[in-house]
Amino acid sequence: MARSLRKGPFVDPSLQRKVDRMTASGSKQVIRTWSRRSMITPEFVGITFHVHNGKLFVPVFITENMVGHRLGEFSPTRKFTGHVQSKKVKTR
Amino acid sequence: MARIAGVDLPRNKRLDIALTYIFGVGRTTANQICVKAEIGGDTKVDVLSDGEVVRLREIIENDYKVEGDLRREVSQNLKMLMDIGCYRGLRHRRGLPVRGQRTHTNARTRKGPKKTVAGKKKTLAKK
Repeated sequence: MARSLRKGPFVDPSLQRKVDRMTASGSKQVIRTWSRRSMITPEFVGITFHVHNGKLFVPVFITENMVGHRLGEFSPTRKFTGHVQSKKVKTR
Repeated sequence: MARIAGVDLPRNKRLDIALTYIFGVGRTTANQICVKAEIGGDTKVDVLSDGEVVRLREIIENDYKVEGDLRREVSQNLKMLMDIGCYRGLRHRRGLPVRGQRTHTNARTRKGPKKTVAGKKKTLAKK
């Protein structure tokens, strides 16, 4: 079910604080975050986030098109390296 | 022959069904169009007068996005998803299901015909 419009987009308060501080100071720093569930709001545009994927932090540069998605969508949690060819069958 | 939005309507069908031959027009939209044009949905296409065809054409051109325009919009949306590098875009790129369906089995619509891995059967038979 979609989220009620009345509440507005969800952003973790801790992340919101960090973003507010950065926009206030005007500095361009990377924000390191675990908050994959936070919605990207228009004020995030132009900021680079390091979004945790469970193992490491994936750099995500926010562009206008990304507004409305969540941070986690840009930091894949699975790595598919392909299937291994089974050698047993080949040798026989 | 009624030609609307670059598509020939089948002449021996009811209007509300014939309209669904246009990409972007389903049963619901077809009914809406019929009501707006004040033509009964049960009239056959080859009975339509020229005026009625013009009316239909105008309604579809002005109020609905169909055929080429709609196809372009859809593919643009897909391209946008792929360009921003989000999860949905990645799934589209690899031709896998986008909305969290299982891929262990099934998912054949997205993955296409089955590609059998050579040798897998053999080992099973020997055991």
